[in-house]
Amino acid sequence: MQKACKHLKDADLEKLEAICVRHRKGKGAVIPILQEIQDIFGYIPEDCVNFVADRLEIARSHFYGVATFYSQFHFTPRGKNIVTACSGTACHVKGSEKLISILGRELGIPEGQDTSPDLNFTLEKVNCVGACSIAPVIIINNVVHGKMNGNKVAKEVIKLKGAGSDDGK
Amino acid sequence: MENNGEKIEIKVCMGPVGITSGGQDVLDAFGDELKRNGISAELGKNCTRHKVGCKGFCSRDVLVDVIIDGSRTTYQYVKPDMVARIVEEHIVGGVPVAGWEVKEDYRAFHDRQLKVVLSDCGEIDPEDIDAYIEAGGYGAAKKALAGMAAEEVIEAMKKSGLRGRGGAGFPTGVKWETARKQPPGLKYVICNADEGDPGAFMDRAVLEGNPHAVLEGMIVAAYAVGAEEGYVYIRAEYPLAVERLKIAIAQARNRNLLGKNILGTGLNFDIKVKLGAGAFVCGEETALIASIEGQRGMPRAKPPFPVVSGLWGKPTVINNVETLANIPYIIRRGADWFSSLGTEKSKGTKIFALTGKVRNTGLIEVPMGMSMRDIIFSIGGGIEGGKKFKAVQMGGPSGGCIPEHLLDVKVDYENLMKLGAIVGSGGMIVLDEDDCMVNVAKYFLNFTQTESCGKCVPCRIGTKRLYEILDRITKGEGKESDLALLEKLSKDVRQASLCGLGQTAPNPVLSTLQYFRHEYEAHIFEKKCPAKACKALITFRIRKEVCKGCGACVRVCPAAAISGREKAPHTINPSACIKCGSCYDVCRFTAVRKIKIRSKK
Repeated sequence: MQKACKHLKDADLEKLEAICVRHRKGKGAVIPILQEIQDIFGYIPEDCVNFVADRLEIARSHFYGVATFYSQFHFTPRGKNIVTACSGTACHVKGSEKLISILGRELGIPEGQDTSPDLNFTLEKVNCVGACSIAPVIIINNVVHGKMNGNKVAKEVIKLKGAGSDDGK
Repeated sequence: MENNGEKIEIKVCMGPVGITSGGQDVLDAFGDELKRNGISAELGKNCTRHKVGCKGFCSRDVLVDVIIDGSRTTYQYVKPDMVARIVEEHIVGGVPVAGWEVKEDYRAFHDRQLKVVLSDCGEIDPEDIDAYIEAGGYGAAKKALAGMAAEEVIEAMKKSGLRGRGGAGFPTGVKWETARKQPPGLKYVICNADEGDPGAFMDRAVLEGNPHAVLEGMIVAAYAVGAEEGYVYIRAEYPLAVERLKIAIAQARNRNLLGKNILGTGLNFDIKVKLGAGAFVCGEETALIASIEGQRGMPRAKPPFPVVSGLWGKPTVINNVETLANIPYIIRRGADWFSSLGTEKSKGTKIFALTGKVRNTGLIEVPMGMSMRDIIFSIGGGIEGGKKFKAVQMGGPSGGCIPEHLLDVKVDYENLMKLGAIVGSGGMIVLDEDDCMVNVAKYFLNFTQTESCGKCVPCRIGTKRLYEILDRITKGEGKESDLALLEKLSKDVRQASLCGLGQTAPNPVLSTLQYFRHEYEAHIFEKKCPAKACKALITFRIRKEVCKGCGACVRVCPAAAISGREKAPHTINPSACIKCGSCYDVCRFTAVRKIKIRSKK
């Protein structure tokens, strides 16, 4: 256990400890625990999983088995700005693929990856956000933008990059 | 205001689209303007202003109802800066603002609908339990718990003819009866709110617009089957639905509608919320149970069915959101009333998410048995942009397409099944002449092969191979033998897969092969995409004689493939072009053309 948490700061350990206490008695707590870890760190650091697994005496492999099954969990750090492109059916037939390729290029996301090397942007696809009547839909840092097109996407990217250089957000 | 005793109600649509279009700002603006006009003193007495869930006609959002003494005016496309005039002229002056109201198409959109589940959605404040109670809410729970035996409730459900709205259409009463007959002990009621079908948002709208109806349905279900614990398994992608659901649960607990000895009837029942983690297969009931138990969400073989052995091995009733939201209305108004709606075997109404290339996109509720043509052309207003209708896709990745010549089909479970489509959860995506049906099938198979949990071979490998064949065809690399291979493999995957995901995954292929075989043949034999949608089989060119050199295309081109001097005709460099079509969309002079090319292969 010592080895597992060598990279973790005390403050982080406290938060993890709180998660363990909260879920000590709950059945089926693995998914909520992973969700809480991701809420704190933005992704799922290996050290955290190992710490929690050992603490609750649940096999680490069980955590990894569950975490790798669900698309919501990420094992690498994510960008400061999260851009989510809906690729549900309605968005698809209204040109979401095109928007995704524009976003990928404009945000500087390398082929086959989802986060820019400077960790400023993460571009992810989601199956459907349920806002089909305003397809195609892009979500930028939790704000939903409907009826998008190439022009509007390009404008949003410029805004996003401007905001990024101003205050580092 | 108080002097003449007028009752004023202002309802601002804050469904998913209402919020996106600025619903909160509009609601705030009404607050500010009412205060400025001195009406706010009356707020809570004669004038109320509140948010409502999805009003259905999402493409007109933000929609605002102003109701003065029961006389309703609905405004469309409302922006915060329009609010001052509405307050001054209409609420203070008494004359509705001309030109801002909804038009004829809004009436056409609503007139053919029949709202049961959505009757309170879009009318009441979803975060206010009193609003629901005032509309008759929790009357069904009281009626069932205090005045009906559990068996009577089950009998009523059976008599009503209600069938599961999640897609499979299993009779709800029969499911409850089986669960009730299990030996006494711990039993569970689960609300399946893992609405994963792309193109479907009915459950989201119900949970966000009237969460108490779902809770009430669960309470009645718990009473009928003898359950003490309930779960709502909901997608994490629906944060607002989760929030409103949690608010509703807390309010219901406060009123002793959840918890111990509910309403003094001796029933103990409480509900927990479990968030999904982004796996489509978890909509399948055994996978959903595995996910609540903290496992990988993989389905298992049935039987035993969950009603016999479900969550933690206990009898478990799993009903979909819309199914549960029907229950309060059935108990309140009676099984006979419900079974008088719909067709012989499909009773009641169904909510559909009408989207795609249709003019009036939104959320609709119609009686079972309405013709598809009525839905798309009367309610939906036909195809947008004067294009030609090609097909409507029903039931998402498990469903199929219905072509033009079958549009008069009466929509119910049996009829759609016969045509190779399904009612499914209710996504209805309209496709026009620009959509390639091979590409549509490929889209769904890409979806299912990604979402396959990998447990059984036919689904894990079969859907991948189906996708690869379709991908090859859309690239102009299809072989003559591919059509027979697609059919054979589809049937194998359908027969041999473990769960519904695999068993229905080939439907989009089989259905498009059945009705649009000529499109497959054009791709394979002529190496052409008739709809000009498949990238490998088209190219973009700028017509020199039409191009004004405005530069709009240059600005949107993500590949920097377009060049030309200002006010002189531009050209596209074919080797740099990624065929995204941005230039085609943006050109105001229709100078950019899509041209079919034969694949070089």
